[in-house]
Amino acid sequence: MADLDQFRKDTRAWLEANCPPEMRKPMTKEEDTFWGGRNATFSSEPQRIWFERMRDKGWTVPHWPKEYGGGGLDGEEAKILRQEMAAISARLPLVSFGISMLGPALLKYGTDAQKREHLPKITAGSIRWCQGYSEPNAGSDLASLQTRAEVNGDDFIINGQKIWTSYANFADWIFCLVRTDSTAKKHDGISFILFDMTSPGVSTKPILLISGKSPFCETFFDNVRVPQSHVLGQVNRGWDVAKYLLQHERAMISGMGERGVGRPLGQVAADSIGTDDHGHLDDPVLRGQIATFEIDEAALACAAERAVDLAKAGQAHPAFSSAMKYYGTELNKRRYEILMSAGGSDALEWESERSKDGARARAWLRTKANSIEGGTSEVMLGIVAKRILDLPGA
Amino acid sequence: MALVLNEEQSMLRDSARGLIGTKAPVSHLRQLRDSKDPTGFSRELWGTFAEMGFSGLLVPEEFGGTGLGCVEAGIIMEEIGRTLMPSPFLSTAVLATLALSRGGTAAQKSEYLTGIAKGGLIAALAVDEGAKHRPLQTAMQATRSGNGFKLSGAKGFVIDGHVADLLIVAARTSGSPGEAGGLTLFLVNPKSKGIAVERTAMVDAHNAARIVFDDVDVTADGVLGEVDQGGVLLEGILNVGRGVVASELLGASEEVFGRTVTYLKERKQFGKLIGEFQALQHRAAHLYCEIELTRATVLKALQLLDENFEAAGPAVAVAKAKAGTTGTLAVQEAVQMHGGMGMTDQFDIGFFMKRARVCQELFGDSNFHADQLARLRKY
Repeated sequence: MADLDQFRKDTRAWLEANCPPEMRKPMTKEEDTFWGGRNATFSSEPQRIWFERMRDKGWTVPHWPKEYGGGGLDGEEAKILRQEMAAISARLPLVSFGISMLGPALLKYGTDAQKREHLPKITAGSIRWCQGYSEPNAGSDLASLQTRAEVNGDDFIINGQKIWTSYANFADWIFCLVRTDSTAKKHDGISFILFDMTSPGVSTKPILLISGKSPFCETFFDNVRVPQSHVLGQVNRGWDVAKYLLQHERAMISGMGERGVGRPLGQVAADSIGTDDHGHLDDPVLRGQIATFEIDEAALACAAERAVDLAKAGQAHPAFSSAMKYYGTELNKRRYEILMSAGGSDALEWESERSKDGARARAWLRTKANSIEGGTSEVMLGIVAKRILDLPGA
Repeated sequence: MALVLNEEQSMLRDSARGLIGTKAPVSHLRQLRDSKDPTGFSRELWGTFAEMGFSGLLVPEEFGGTGLGCVEAGIIMEEIGRTLMPSPFLSTAVLATLALSRGGTAAQKSEYLTGIAKGGLIAALAVDEGAKHRPLQTAMQATRSGNGFKLSGAKGFVIDGHVADLLIVAARTSGSPGEAGGLTLFLVNPKSKGIAVERTAMVDAHNAARIVFDDVDVTADGVLGEVDQGGVLLEGILNVGRGVVASELLGASEEVFGRTVTYLKERKQFGKLIGEFQALQHRAAHLYCEIELTRATVLKALQLLDENFEAAGPAVAVAKAKAGTTGTLAVQEAVQMHGGMGMTDQFDIGFFMKRARVCQELFGDSNFHADQLARLRKY
């Protein structure tokens, strides 16, 4: 306990000395997030300083082993670091699918050589990853994917198409599900493979969304040659890796709402709507909606905290991340419906100085994908029903 | 502190579950209801509660109790919620015990707390006057008379009021309804002249009473805490009450949900188990999420009440609001998914629906606590 108290004190002091003031404000624009990568640029000098200091400390991924550039922190220490960062509203220095999705799978399924090759580049932010899962005819029914990899000497030759590949156009490497045995049952013929996006035959095309932005791409593979040694886990057992990774992805998406928080919703609403003589929002119905929302939001935060503690106590249900993913994304959609309602016509501005180029409206539209990406709400509920509640299959 | 039960707490839960599940299943409540039992709970069982140390759970050890905390009280309440066992645990072992141990003088503590720990003394908290929980709207007057006071007014929804040996009464010694200042808590003997107690049989077959006070004399010894300063004491007591009632709602929600999921796996329609239907699967899965979130909020609130009593208000508001909404959903879904059977008196599900409705109202419904949260956050 005394050690942890000391760790908290040291952490607080270090953050105080090293986190630039500009990095202690809620993120409002896309450029506020630093994703790393070969061609990464910093949007500001403080962003660069903050990232480099955290990287040097091993705190871009505090809970990974030091040998891979992580911080080597245990669960309690990592929690303290999160709390202390939250206390000063410190931004995450690096956001990446390498950290939140691929990394855990690499740590569990990777060979020593694969870990040494990839993990340090993730913690250092020098390689940016994207995820090649969905295909035009394999969305919720992911295991019906058709992109195929055929053996050719020591290599695979990959052909096919992926869709909804987030930021594929900025990514350096892809982790990808491919069919390596088309005669096996659909879950049993899939492999999980890693390759460089600059390999000949890889091309991407952005998909414009209703938000007017384009985080997603279509990704095409035309005779892409990849060494067989780039398979993570066993050939044809990629579904195990994919499922493991999805748990992390779902945990990440369920946390998105939480991280997006700037000021409390009630305060944001009071700014635009105004308050009556009692200091109550001048829209009693919206006030009630906000208060009810904030109760659910606080409840989700408690559940997230408990999920970590349950995992530590060895009592976590492996499918619980599906419950969190479902609840967190539905809640985030509610948050933005309320924000739009609170903002009124101001929130509807799409191209104007004052609206920061329609930031709120675009974010609102973006949230609608939360309950689709990474498994739809309906898929999540199905998983909870079957795996946690043990309800019979149809 | 980790948001999971530790080993001692898990053991307490297991022993409470064993006792309550065996001695007081829902049929116990049904029997008390059907026989129109004048006490409304089993004194014998309450004696067993005392032997197990449950009635004195929150009583400090020096007065014969076990000196445990709110998390432990919540554990007992959750088990009570699973079988709807009627008992004076909330009124006496939680509310009155807390009022006395936090606000009482040495003399008041030794006079009453030992009796509570032994299971011999039943006490009730009288706060609400209108149909909805509005503690600040307390209008009941306590006017100075000699070196004591005279109480006049009326209270309702007084849990266990008709069997109480001691009443803890919130009254106004100054100020007007709506103001936080000017409230005082009094210890009143229900046998005192001028008190009229009417048992109000409630929809859930649990105990409550309306009590009218007509110029009731209370001596200076009967003041609990300080005159005019009772508001903070009362709010603290109520917060613990809210936290443990949220536990009871959680227990009831879990039990009724468990019964529903079991039914989904047994009942066939259209040649299939109804649990195979996606419409029902998704509703069950959603309810599971709500219950899991509720469990986390309740444990958080109870832990905070033990760790940092004064700062627990917002967490308690969240827990009670969430538990009220989840409990309401759980019982509604249970009746709907059980179909016509759920509507019959012969089936237990209706008992849970009735109790959840009462627990929702008790010490503020979900709307009350959402409003509290909005006020705390200043919008």
